Amino acid sequence: MTPMDFLLLTKGPLFSLAIAIFALGILIRLFEIFALGRAHNYAAARGNEVIPGLKTMYRRFNPDPGTFKRSTFDVVVGTLWHVGFVIALLLFIPHIELIKSTLGVSWPGLPNPVVDAVTAITLLGLVAVLIHRLTHPVKRFLSRPQDYLIWTVTFLPVLTGYLAYHRLINPYPLALGLHIFTVEIFLILLAFTKLTHIFSAFVARYYNGAIVGRKGIQS
Amino acid sequence: MATSKTLGESLRQHGVSRRGFLKFCAATASMMALPPSMAPAIAQALEKARRPSVIWPSFQECTGCTESLTRSFSPTVENLIFDVISLDYHHTLQAAAGDAAEHAREQAMNTNAGEYLVVVDGSLPGPKANPGYSTIAGISNYDMLMDTIDGAAAVVAVGTCATFGGLPKADPNPTGAVAVQDLVKDKPVINVSGCPPVPMVITGVLAQFLTFGTLPELDEYGRPRAFFGQSIHDRCYRRPFYDKGKFAESFDDEGAKAGWCLYRLGCKGPMTYNACATMKWNGGASWPVEAGYPCLGCSEPDFWDAGGFYKALSVPTGSPGDVLLTAGAVGTAVGVGAGLMSRHQGKQAAQHHDKVTADQLEEKL
Repeated sequence: MTPMDFLLLTKGPLFSLAIAIFALGILIRLFEIFALGRAHNYAAARGNEVIPGLKTMYRRFNPDPGTFKRSTFDVVVGTLWHVGFVIALLLFIPHIELIKSTLGVSWPGLPNPVVDAVTAITLLGLVAVLIHRLTHPVKRFLSRPQDYLIWTVTFLPVLTGYLAYHRLINPYPLALGLHIFTVEIFLILLAFTKLTHIFSAFVARYYNGAIVGRKGIQS
Repeated sequence: MATSKTLGESLRQHGVSRRGFLKFCAATASMMALPPSMAPAIAQALEKARRPSVIWPSFQECTGCTESLTRSFSPTVENLIFDVISLDYHHTLQAAAGDAAEHAREQAMNTNAGEYLVVVDGSLPGPKANPGYSTIAGISNYDMLMDTIDGAAAVVAVGTCATFGGLPKADPNPTGAVAVQDLVKDKPVINVSGCPPVPMVITGVLAQFLTFGTLPELDEYGRPRAFFGQSIHDRCYRRPFYDKGKFAESFDDEGAKAGWCLYRLGCKGPMTYNACATMKWNGGASWPVEAGYPCLGCSEPDFWDAGGFYKALSVPTGSPGDVLLTAGAVGTAVGVGAGLMSRHQGKQAAQHHDKVTADQLEEKL
């Protein structure tokens, strides 16, 4: 197989397969959660559910002071690489072109050097969280093979994207093919691992906000 | 027919000055990534070189490669180098036709057995395909190629059709077209891809053969590294705009007028390896990207099937939107079904739950 064969395979049939598995898997999981709903609450409602639910989806981005003090590294570096990952994913011009061709929607992107810098920070952040996980006794104790697996499948698309952009793998069809291939692995595993939190975290936050909102507690 | 006249004698006869000839040798040395000190050696070798016989069969092709070579440079020392090879068989350029033309081919093969070069443009129906799709003088392309290469020193595949199959091989490949390198296994094959290839590249390859009697260093696709070693993107004069994130978004917007990067308009420069950006076309006048047109990636294999010409390189080749929609609809239906089934099972379990009172429990204890 030549590098071009590999690129065309990843850009064509493999990409279709990956997004089919991704869409199928993530929607099955999400709609199963929605259809299950929650147990009926017979107590009289003391407050609204929807507004606090939506507010909590956003407010959980801000760590409470206690968490920040206890886990400064996790909050700072975790936020840094998560934001970097989302910026590189959604604001890099070639990615916007891909989204436009798939979903029909687009938005303005960032200049390449900005995305490049953000990607470098994201890579460093990801390496730092892995080192922290390996050296912190409690984290290491709590880590399961899947935690290392999802770190790997998250790290590889960022790394290969960075290498492809800087043309550090030659020929370029191989570099781009490898990047797309690692993204496909990410997409395929997304719905069946902890990566589902990309979507389910917001569902959980909504339910938390809605439950306490119903009880009349300020969220 | 190959004559005993040397290349140097031929050039002088054509009125090429010594200065012009040496300039060509220096350019050739630079193209082949050799030090400038090699230019005199190239000049010396070319001066003494005997005109090699070249047999040029054209199969499933559009003659664009020949047009490119013969018309775009006129007349330069490269053309004369081309003139002074002994082009013994070439449909478009030879005066003979029919049996006389085929006779010329056979005679060149016999006279120069083991020494002649075969230059091929066009793909050809493979051994398993219907040979009737392309024949010359009643001979199938496959038979003619295999017969011609038998006594050849080397084979040069010119153009993307000959090197990778090109347009005839594009999906669904109705004629079962294959590339020259798919069939020629026991002779050296040099691929000079491009639709059409840059004229200087073919003359450069011939110059190397005449100079050193050797074939150039080739990349993984069998292309001379000296010309195909770097991508269009890496040598593009618009590259600074890519790096700054400044892109033309339509062919007549402000970005296009200001000469910004054509990536979003479908430029395949990042994946394309060719010498267009450095050697340019029409005697160095311009090249597609300089004319405001995105690179199509024509020197790469399967470029016809590698996605729309006006779609960015990052855009998938299939119909991901449809796949997403279908998979999404199925996923939603299955998810809702699974959720409702779980709810139903929960209710059923609650209904069939045998209730026990505290007294009953005490009895059991």
